[in-house]
Amino acid sequence: MKETEQIPLYEVFVRSKRGLDHKHVGSLHAGSSEQALEYARDCYTRRSEGSSIWVVKSTDIVASQSDDASSFHDPMDDKPYRHAAHYVLPDPINNM
Amino acid sequence: MGNFNCDAAELERRFQQRVDDELRIEPKDWMPEKYRKNLIRQISQHAHSEVIGMQPEGCWITRAPTLHRKIVLLAKVQDEGGHGLYLYSAAETLGVSRDEMIERLHNGSAKYASIFNYPSITWADVGIIGWLVDGAAIVNQITLQRTSYGPYARAMVRVCKEESFHQRQGYQSVMALAFGSEEQKAMAQDALDRWWWPSLMMFGPHDAESANSAQSMKWKIKRESNDSLRQRFVDQTVPQAEYLGLRIPDPELKWNESRGHYDFGEIDWDEFNNVVQGNGPCNRQRLAHHVKAHEDGAWVREAVKAYNEKQRARAEAEASAGQHAA
Repeated sequence: MKETEQIPLYEVFVRSKRGLDHKHVGSLHAGSSEQALEYARDCYTRRSEGSSIWVVKSTDIVASQSDDASSFHDPMDDKPYRHAAHYVLPDPINNM
Repeated sequence: MGNFNCDAAELERRFQQRVDDELRIEPKDWMPEKYRKNLIRQISQHAHSEVIGMQPEGCWITRAPTLHRKIVLLAKVQDEGGHGLYLYSAAETLGVSRDEMIERLHNGSAKYASIFNYPSITWADVGIIGWLVDGAAIVNQITLQRTSYGPYARAMVRVCKEESFHQRQGYQSVMALAFGSEEQKAMAQDALDRWWWPSLMMFGPHDAESANSAQSMKWKIKRESNDSLRQRFVDQTVPQAEYLGLRIPDPELKWNESRGHYDFGEIDWDEFNNVVQGNGPCNRQRLAHHVKAHEDGAWVREAVKAYNEKQRARAEAEASAGQHAA
């Protein structure tokens, strides 16, 4: 039962092509970062899905809680003046 | 956590609201314990099916009739292993470990799709499996791309992309037989005769008898009922069989103009229950093979651990040597 509990979990991010962001695609267990990278290549890029892979230990990811969203992200919602659409301009120059 | 002021009923109400609003549930969200359990059961069962499903086809890799068919089959079986991994990973986000899931498979408390307890006797079975078994799986999995649990839904999106290749290569392989010699055509027909009913059974019991269905539909774990998925599969498969000139082994199968669907005969539910309960043609063989493969791989897992230990000890030694030097 304890066997693979010591084999750490990695999160896998793949960049589908140059110029785009790396995107989270899933996770896998591996003994080391190098091994995680090879597994990720074999598992997540069998059909040229990616040109670059990042792997990171799941335990190294610090995440916000979505239940805390209101208190954590609140400052953004009451500042409409940060959005371009807040500024209504006359029609002749409307595509600014 | 933002849940200080909420009692369980209020949390559950918010959860259901989120589901009703078609918002995905993510791993760290509050969820009813039964939702978590239900998902672990379904996702791990799905993962086990992918992995056990490698056996009836994998045993044909060395016997594929041409090099082309061999590399295609190799790629397909490799995909199935990958699908198992996507799904195990999705289940692990619910707090169950990989080892627990494997343990439950091995002790019989977790199930896998019954269809893989039937033997693949001839090469034609391999094509028929791709066409029918993967075809039936796709019908189900397409709806699961909208399942309420985010990691499961995302895994399904990846799986569906790859399944399409599986079904098409299967159909194409059956085409080669159906349009080949009399003997080849007879092989294809024989395989269809044996796999048709088990394929229909893949969708599970009738809606009225399905133990987990109602709650799963309310939580949007399942998006469509067993019977409606089964009907869709029959409707799409009949014309495909007609094109091949193969006969579906069901005397009651006929187009129903007023319903706009095919009518079809009743599944042999005694056979279904018998196989689910472990008495199909290959249940013991499939499980024994998985146990053996897992045990045979133990030394690899141990080697990984030993290697990591060594690397860590070496890094620590270097770090402390560096400190002394400084």
